[in-house]
Amino acid sequence: MAAITSDFSFMPVLPKWVVPVLLLAFAYGVVPLIGSSYLFEAILLPFLALSLAGVGLNILTGYAGQVSLGSAAFMAAGAFAAYNFNLRVEGLPLIGSIFLAGIVAAAIGIVFGLPSLRLKGFYLAVSTLAAQFFVQWALTKFSWFSNDSASGVIDAPRLSIAGVALDSAIGRYLFALTIVAILTFLAYRLVSSQTGRNFIAIRDNETAARIIGIPVLKTKLLAFAISSFIIGVAGVIWAFAYLRTVEPDGFDLDRSFQILFIIIIGGLASIRGAFFGAALIVVFPLALSRLGGFLLGDLFDSGVLDMSQRIVLGALIILFLILEPDGLVALWDRIRRRLLFAWQST
Amino acid sequence: MTFLSTIKAAALSAAMIVSVALPAAHADEQYFPLQSYRVGPYAAGGTGFFGGFIDYLNLINIRDGGVNGVKLTWDECETQYEVERGVECYERQKSHAGAAAWNPLSVGIAYAMIDRITADKVPLITVNHGRTDSTDGRVFPYVFPLLLNPYSETSGIVNYIASKEGGIDKLKGKKIVVLYHGSPYGKETIPIYELLAQKYGFTVQQIEVPHPGNEQQSQWLTIRRAKPDFVVLRGWGVMNPVALKTAVKVGFPVDHIVGNVWSNSEEDVIPAGDAAKGYTAITTQASGNSYPVVQEIVKTVYGAGKGNLEDKSRIGSVYHNLGIVNGILNVEAIRVAQEKFGHRTLTGDEVRWGFEHLKLDPAKVEALGAKDLFHSINVSWDNHEGEGYVTFQQWDGKKWNVVSDWIAPDWALLRPIIEKSAEAYAAEKGIKLRTADDADAVTTN
Repeated sequence: MAAITSDFSFMPVLPKWVVPVLLLAFAYGVVPLIGSSYLFEAILLPFLALSLAGVGLNILTGYAGQVSLGSAAFMAAGAFAAYNFNLRVEGLPLIGSIFLAGIVAAAIGIVFGLPSLRLKGFYLAVSTLAAQFFVQWALTKFSWFSNDSASGVIDAPRLSIAGVALDSAIGRYLFALTIVAILTFLAYRLVSSQTGRNFIAIRDNETAARIIGIPVLKTKLLAFAISSFIIGVAGVIWAFAYLRTVEPDGFDLDRSFQILFIIIIGGLASIRGAFFGAALIVVFPLALSRLGGFLLGDLFDSGVLDMSQRIVLGALIILFLILEPDGLVALWDRIRRRLLFAWQST
Repeated sequence: MTFLSTIKAAALSAAMIVSVALPAAHADEQYFPLQSYRVGPYAAGGTGFFGGFIDYLNLINIRDGGVNGVKLTWDECETQYEVERGVECYERQKSHAGAAAWNPLSVGIAYAMIDRITADKVPLITVNHGRTDSTDGRVFPYVFPLLLNPYSETSGIVNYIASKEGGIDKLKGKKIVVLYHGSPYGKETIPIYELLAQKYGFTVQQIEVPHPGNEQQSQWLTIRRAKPDFVVLRGWGVMNPVALKTAVKVGFPVDHIVGNVWSNSEEDVIPAGDAAKGYTAITTQASGNSYPVVQEIVKTVYGAGKGNLEDKSRIGSVYHNLGIVNGILNVEAIRVAQEKFGHRTLTGDEVRWGFEHLKLDPAKVEALGAKDLFHSINVSWDNHEGEGYVTFQQWDGKKWNVVSDWIAPDWALLRPIIEKSAEAYAAEKGIKLRTADDADAVTTN
């Protein structure tokens, strides 16, 4: 056993890229072969969209310390902008409209980020609520945004990149996966760069950051812009790849809270945390409802079941936050350390 | 060894049972996936509608042993009226064999399902609501806004107001205010009111009430200044009782307020108390429990302890009766399709054919025990609404009383607008217009 142990003792110092690359290889190579349509449509697509939104919000809230309740508004801005670019600009490739949609969301993010120069904490959270209400109001009020469709609900355009149609469940999954992978990689590079360290400096002590020469105004707005860009693209995935339809009501305050919970439960200031948190928020209620339906479906109607699931879910989240306030990422790291330690000591 | 072989034998026999018994069990079952909502802000509508729907399916099973021996089955998946939950339910329930039709009772969920059900070839029923241009079966082969789409509803309301004023020519110079819910549902009829106003020469002023609508002081002060002849209430949920109460507060006569089809339930007027007395609203199905089919449900289904409504006093309420009518339409579509394709579990596409040949004249409706509950329906391959008639009911403080004959909306006027919108959708999505021959090509397995 000793020889094997020494062979594996290099595990903790594996290069950082190995696990993500293995995961991506699995996601691209294996999942499309074994997954069912339910897996793609009901689990993986919302998971990918919400994870990306979580990554975006984590840059703003986790790294730069600016609390925001406007995430859903930026998702909506991205989704509607992509729809309009796609509709109104002839010959613009899909990727182009998605990129421009991100830019639009970033611009709106900068505007609503301006109060962050004067406001902090809860006060800032309340002022980002303005973004939430304003964007939703504007999208409902001006029917131009939804191409004057009678009900204000728009249909996603057909997805195709370079002539390859991606309308099947697997195609949309690969489309979403690729965008999420690229943006997550860029976000990861960003937070380990000088800019990322500036974010953290401002979060930890704004005055100190100012004194050592970090341009606070610029850095905060940059955090808002980048975060909104990513969240806007997440909104495009939500609308185009997942639901295939979009209405302003789908991006309400609840969605903003959901994204905030994802990063709190997953782990603040951690790129991985967004994925852990989204997995929990997406998969756990489904598992619970399946279990509830399986065990008690014949005894109670779906309303009672749903209410009891909410109670269980809420209680578990409270319990979890008490036991592990640093989020799933911290829990995961601790488990991994324990396992490795146990392995090495055998 | 013996243990292992026991397991092996058990597994083998289990596999045998599954492979043999499952198709046999499904051979005479038709399944309804119900994306219901019993919690959340719209639970009143959800419990009533799905309660009535399930009660009728139960009636068919208990009284007739199913449709020509084909038993009806269903299960519920809670959506809370939220689109992404509806999509998840769709993906969860669609793997079940023998699905007849989807009935989500939510505009948002229905919109999200159109592409999906079209690919899967199973009908999507949006009774009394939904996307107006899905009436055009050439473009939307699997979507059925049965009985009443939002434009027909608008036309019916305007015709009713005209009859109160003494004829359609008396509308000239009159003023109508539309108070609408600030949502996709509420906005759907804005263009058609403008168009009817132009055509008949009345002026229309449309005022939005932001969701959820529990504060309407300024809107009603505007209405008082405008002094309209009628106010049309296009509300949803809490907005309705608040509108009635505020109208009384600003002194607008409640009998000059006409509610639309989602402002017409007991749940909309009871919370308003006396303020609702005299309020009139449109409906496709009368309320009350005197109709033979409702009586049979009370006797057969509730008598056997299988009733779906917890609160028995809601039997025969507007939403419950709408669920029953929806049940009748679904079951009769299956019956029509069975006559063509055989008394067996049908595919979704066969049921679609059934809906496209669903013709219930008043005599047939009477035979089903639903005389006066609803008027008639006449669906065809290119008209997926089916020319439903509407009636008007007035709240007397305790119950709804029917105050009009069955009124026909002005379909000939609406059809070109619907076709134009549907064709624009087809062009945008690259859909080829379906012909009558395409509609007769049915996927049978």
